[in-house]
Order: sequence, then C-alpha cells, then structure tokens
Amino acid sequence: MAEPVRLAVATDGVTKVFGRGGNAVHALRGAFLEVPYGELVMLVGPSGCGKTTLISILAGILDRTEGRCEVLGVDPQAMSQGALTRWRGQNIGFVFQQFNLIPTITVAENVAVPLLLQGQARRRALAAAEAALERVGIADKRHSRPTQLSGGQQQRVAIARALVHEPRFVVCDEPTSALDADNGQLVMELLAEIAVQGDRALVVVTHDSRVFHFADRIVRMDDGRVVDTRTQIADRTARQHSESP
Amino acid sequence: MNQIAIKMLVGDLAKYFGILLGIGFAALLITQQSSIFTGLMSRTFAFVDDTSLPDLWVTDPEVQYLDELEPMQSTALDRVRGVPGVAWAVPMYKSLLRGRLPNGTFRSVIVVGLDDATLIGGPPKMIEGQLGDLRRSDGVILDEVSANTRLNSWSAYDADGKPAKDATRIPMKVGDVLQINDRRAVVVGLCQVSRTFQSQPVIYTTYSRALSYAPPERKQLSLILAKAVHGVDHGELAQRITAATSLRARTKAQMSWDTVMYYVKNTGIVINFGIAVLLGFLVGVAIAGQTFYNFTLDNLRYFGALKAMGGSNWLLLRMVLLQALLAGVVGYGLGVGAAALFGMRVQGTELAFRMTWHIPAISAAAVALICALSSIVSMIKVIRLEPAVVFRG
Ligand SMILES: Nc1ncnc2c1ncn2[C@@H]1O[C@H](COP(=O)(O)OP(=O)(O)OP(=O)(O)O)[C@@H](O)[C@H]1O
Ligand SMILES: [Mg+2]
Repeated sequence: MAEPVRLAVATDGVTKVFGRGGNAVHALRGAFLEVPYGELVMLVGPSGCGKTTLISILAGILDRTEGRCEVLGVDPQAMSQGALTRWRGQNIGFVFQQFNLIPTITVAENVAVPLLLQGQARRRALAAAEAALERVGIADKRHSRPTQLSGGQQQRVAIARALVHEPRFVVCDEPTSALDADNGQLVMELLAEIAVQGDRALVVVTHDSRVFHFADRIVRMDDGRVVDTRTQIADRTARQHSESP
Repeated sequence: MNQIAIKMLVGDLAKYFGILLGIGFAALLITQQSSIFTGLMSRTFAFVDDTSLPDLWVTDPEVQYLDELEPMQSTALDRVRGVPGVAWAVPMYKSLLRGRLPNGTFRSVIVVGLDDATLIGGPPKMIEGQLGDLRRSDGVILDEVSANTRLNSWSAYDADGKPAKDATRIPMKVGDVLQINDRRAVVVGLCQVSRTFQSQPVIYTTYSRALSYAPPERKQLSLILAKAVHGVDHGELAQRITAATSLRARTKAQMSWDTVMYYVKNTGIVINFGIAVLLGFLVGVAIAGQTFYNFTLDNLRYFGALKAMGGSNWLLLRMVLLQALLAGVVGYGLGVGAAALFGMRVQGTELAFRMTWHIPAISAAAVALICALSSIVSMIKVIRLEPAVVFRG
C-alpha cells in the first residue's frame, strides 16, 4: 500500500438534471465514484437510479449539470465537441445491452468500425479486427453477418469491437441481460480478463447477480447517489475456485 | 467508412429498392414526358427539316407559323430574286385541300407544289418512283405512311359503305387515281416524310398542277424558298430581304422556332407536359424522400453508436450524402435507361419521342434536387442525434 492508487475515473458531486421547471428529472444528485486503473467496477441499483446516466457522463457522451469529473486525467466536458469526439474514439470502449452491431456488414467490419472511424486504412483495420475476434474466440465467424450469430456470439463480437482500438476505459450497460446464464458467464469472463490486463478500467452496469463475483468492486446506487462501495478483493479467485470444484 | 455506408444502404434491399423506385420513376417520367414533348414539338417543324436545300423561307408578313400560310402575289418571287445575296429563289405551294379517295371518302390532305423547273423542296426520301415522275401528267407523290393508313381502302364494304367486318386494308399504290378538288391526280411515287404535328397526308406535286387543284384565288404563292450566295450570312440576308421586299424572311432555324413558339403560346401543350413532369418530380420526392428518411430512422441507433465510438458529425454527414448520391445515380440510370428503352421501342410509330442531350441533363438536375431534398431531413436528424441515445433501449 506504499504506492498511491492511480485513478482512471474520479468524480465527485456529479448531478444531472433532465428537462427544467416542473418537468425536471434529477437523475443524479451528487454521485461520487473512483475507479482505479486495472479494476472492474460493477454499478448496481434499482431501475431509474441513474446508472446509465452516470456511465454516459463518464464516457463523454452526456454532459453533467454540476460536479467534478475526471476520466483518464481529463474533464470530458472541458473539451471542444470535435476534440471530445476524437477522445472518445481513441480512449473509450462501448458495450451495449442490445449489441448495436450493424446488421448489413460483416462481423469483421463491425469490429473494425472504431479504427475506421479514426481514419485507419481498411486493410489494417480489418487485420486488427480479426486479431480482436481471435481474442474473444470467434475468429471463424468474421465473414458472417451479425444476425447469423447467437446472442452470446454477438455480444462477444461487440466486446471485440469495444477493445479493438485498445481503449483505456470501457463502459458496459447491462452486457449480460439479453443473454442466458452460460453466455452471460462467458461474456463476463472475457470482460474480466481484459480488465486485469494492463492499465484498463471497466465500469459494468448490471442487474445480474449471477455475475457479481467477477467484480473487483461493487458500487451500489440509489436515487441518483452512490450509497455503498464494497471492495471484494478475493472474488476473482473465488470464481476460479467455484469453477473448479 | 464509405464502404460501410454503401453496404448499409444496399444491404437493406427492400428499402434500397423503394428508394430506387422513387428516384427511377421520377427520372423515367421526367425524361419520357420531356422527350415526348420535344418529339411533338419537333413535328411542328418537321416540314422545315425535310426541306433541307433552301436556307431561307420567305412568306407574307402576316404569317406566324408554318401551318397557316397567307398567300403572296406571284410578283413577290421576282422581288426576292432581286435582293443581292440571293443565289436562287423558287416558289412553293402548300395548303390543306380536300382529296377524294377512289372509294369515295374525303380526306384533308396537305398539297405541296414544287417549282416546275427544279422540283426544289421535294420529299427527303423516295420509297417508290422518282421525284422526276411528277412531270408525268397528273402525277402526284404520296407519303408512304398515309398511303398505308389514312388513304387506304378496304377489301370489302358493307351495305352502309362502312368497311366490312373482316375487311383488310388495301394501301394506295402507284397507279391509283384520286381526286383533289374534283381534279384527277395519279399516284406516280411514294415517299417518306417526317411525321407532322397534325399528321395529315402529304401529297407532293408540281407548283403549276398544285395551283390547278387549288380553288382560284388572286394570291396563290404560299412560300418562297431561297438560297443564300455562298458565304453570305443567312440571318443578315433574311433581314435584307425583309427590308427590301417587306415580306417575312426567316432562316430555317427561325422558321422552326416561330412554329414551335406558335404552338407553345397558343395551345396548352406546355402546361400539360409541365404538369406531368412536375408530378414525376413530386412523386420522386415523396417516395424517395419518405423511404430514404425511413432508412435513416432505421439506422439511427447505429448512427448513434458510431457517434459514441468517435464518428464526427461531418463523417456521418458524408455517409448519408454518399448513400443519397449512390441511390441517386443508380435510380437516375434506371429511370433514364428505361425512358431510352421506351424511346427505342416507339421509334417509327405514331408516338413522338425525341431525347435531345438536354433532357437527360434536366432529369439529372431534377434527381439531384430530389436526392438533396430527401437527404436533408435525414442529415438534420443525424446531426441532432445525441450520442447518449446508444444506452437507451
Ligand atoms: N434523456 C432523458 N430525459 C429525461 N429523463 C431522463 C433521460 N434519461 C434518463 N432520464 C431519467 O433519469 C433517471 C435515471 O435514468 P437512468 O437511465 O440513468 O436509470 P438506470 O439506473 O440506468 O435505470 P435502468 O436500470 O432501468 O436502466 C430516470 O428517472 C430516467 O427516467
Ligand atoms: Mg440503464
């Protein structure tokens, strides 16, 4: 404990109000969150408590109303629109509940999208995409259409897409909710594996108690606030024990 | 991302065809209607086109267009011949007269009388016989299409004198005799002429014989056809003739234009075709715009994801533009191609169809406008899109 912990995410007092006047919705009422590099943090809490809102702010796709927010050493909101877009393209990985894979292009092309958006040449982007597909174990599906794949396979493609550009911060909103238990486990295993690699931080929003043991930390939210931060240092090993009876 | 944009569009076949249908249909309608309009308008001056030798057409000053000629006094011819720069000038008779067919029915026919000595102004192409055969007694030359259609007789007639039920057409042929204003006319040849706007049969004969068919009048010279001396500007010569004779002298192009403009001004034809073209345009905008917008809406979540993953507004705009452009080019190709095919199919039939290079250019501009209008709503939608929507179901 001699080294100071380096933080990928540091927020304090973040509020978010949607709308104004009588219609105003206070989605966040002063959220505090710190995520060190190399950690997988799960964000849990009742529906409507502000989980999605919080990770949207962290990922730089939504402006906060008040508070302090530093992600990967910068305040996303302080950047110009163009710079923020580029910053997201280079540093953030996204995994969605409904995968959001473009159905009319191949799996490999889908995975290559973050690199293509950065202006990388198609051939190189596709090569990197195939390597990423290799890592999630479905390189053989690279020429298929996303719709020809099972839900679990599609989410693995989405994970490959979220990682292909080596982002340092990955946000996932309910990545296992659309999947059955086995596929959910598999997807979380992949995400957890990546989280422990190097300097990457992950925030995973989930309801799914079956995957809680993959977390380094579980952050509980309620009514726009973070109410409990539990560190569960032993869990990853616990999972490994549970998997090898 | 260009390839991906294209695949997004082409990959959704149903929508893609819908968009192509809209644009293609608009291009087809605009091209086809404009070509038919141009074809019809060309027919109004087909006679000028067919009469290629003279450079200048001289008429009475009151004449506005080719199909309503006010006769001049025969002395006008010598006055035109006297104008410096005129190489030669010949008379022409052209009028609508009443012809009586061998079976007794009457038909309006355009009788064209050619200068007896030179026969200048004859039909562009002979099918049977020769122009010189007009010198034989009572000789006339018929246009072939009319000989087969309007001037035909039937193999059998019923009691009322109507063609019998299964009677076959007997075309008029060389050697047949008809009456024009009760005077004998013997068919000595068949020719090909460009179809005229009013589609009456054309009968060529000599000038003096045409006058003998015509009802007696004080003035009978319908037209003077003149040739400019080599090197003399036709427009200038026309002005000089007008100044010297106070007749109306027009170059070939002017005569054609006068005639077209007469029909444009005095008939509803422009409005009619204009409405059809406008309708094609609106249908194109409606169908293509609607489907394209739907297509964009369907893809909005992907556009949102692209935005979140680092796609700039400008890049997304380029994708939408490229999609619109592709749909436009392919739809245009299909529409104009179909119109051209239609044109080829109706070539040589009653239908007027003439696609000058202007017409595809105009359709291209219209299609470009359709695509611009269709995509602009989509583009606004994409620009306004908040990337945060990616996390909302
Ligand atoms: N764009 C918006 N406009 C208005 N209100 C919004 C908007 N987005 C979210 N909200 C509101 O903010 C609150 C928090 O929403 P959020 O989506 O962050 O909840 P959540 O914790 O992700 O819920 P769930 O578990 O159901 O996904 C909710 O009351 C929601 O209705
Ligand atoms: Mg949510």
